[in-house]
Amino acid sequence: MSPDFHEIWVYLSASPLAGLTLTLVAYQAGMWVFERFGRRPALNPVMIAVLLIAATLMVAGIDYRTYFDGAQFVHFLLGPATVALAVPLYRQFQQVRRSAVALLVALLTGSAASALSAVAIAWALGASERTMLSLAPKSVTSPIAMGVSEQIGGLPSLTAVFVILTGIIAASFGSWVLNLVRVTDWRARGFGLGVAAHGIGTARALQVNEVAGAFAGLGMGLNGLVTAILLPVLYRLFFT
Amino acid sequence: MLGTLTLLLSCQLAGELTARLLHLPVPGPVLGMVLLFVGLLVRGGVPEPLQETAGGILRHLSLLFVPAGVGVMAHLNRLEAEALPIAAALLGSTLIGVALTAWVMSILSRRSPDAESGNGEDVP
Repeated sequence: MSPDFHEIWVYLSASPLAGLTLTLVAYQAGMWVFERFGRRPALNPVMIAVLLIAATLMVAGIDYRTYFDGAQFVHFLLGPATVALAVPLYRQFQQVRRSAVALLVALLTGSAASALSAVAIAWALGASERTMLSLAPKSVTSPIAMGVSEQIGGLPSLTAVFVILTGIIAASFGSWVLNLVRVTDWRARGFGLGVAAHGIGTARALQVNEVAGAFAGLGMGLNGLVTAILLPVLYRLFFT
Repeated sequence: MLGTLTLLLSCQLAGELTARLLHLPVPGPVLGMVLLFVGLLVRGGVPEPLQETAGGILRHLSLLFVPAGVGVMAHLNRLEAEALPIAAALLGSTLIGVALTAWVMSILSRRSPDAESGNGEDVP
């Protein structure tokens, strides 16, 4: 390596610019693949981007923390984006009000089922307690899930990974399982994706249909509330 | 664009402050969403710039999850050691969650007259 090149390398691997640029480039590569091969849900752009970035970082010998110094600018936008979900929600408010009871019952059922089935399956297959506790809040958006995870004794950063994987699974196989149980109502399809798979499920629903997207955003927000309140209580019931 | 971004951040900030001051277990951005929603109800409509910016951000919502997703790197050991329970739990619970939520919702709302048609939206 010539001295010049070495200097540039040191600058790049330490500067937030590289992590940020890498994130945007990898995501657009993911989108390109997704579009190019007929928008197949299994080719989820988030998954492709994550794999590309992780591979790049490992090859270049850059650790996650250094990468995140740059990527946190993208990560930060999750907050304002969550706030922005009020817009599709408002536009569908009439429909939301009409189905308030159905929404509430579905929300409580879905929220409890997601968390309990995750813990139960992990327990049955011999997962460690740490892993089980980190799995419990994985259906809600990462800032909430990480907070809850910390509260109940899980590992917040592991929970963040489970959150993303949950989203990718729902975006990839959600339509399939919804067809399997023969739900055709866009409101219900969107709500299911939002409750069980937060923002990535919502992003998927928004790609397909605006009504589904609005109900997904609603489901994501409501399940965030329910999980933040309910899980710590359930934890005290079961684990202490 | 700038005004809207300021509005979104202000709502989030107000949400964060409320959550902390009142010791609510709810995350700030979710309260911010509620706040903006109430604001839109009071105003009785979505201003054009807000519609545009919000639409722009939400179109690329999934991008925002990429940095946290790369965190998978930091947990490879545990993921490898407990691969089967983790994979089964994530796959099973996610599909159960999506299907059950949507199914309960569709069963319960079928009783209302315009449930299936979603107000004239086309349903497959």
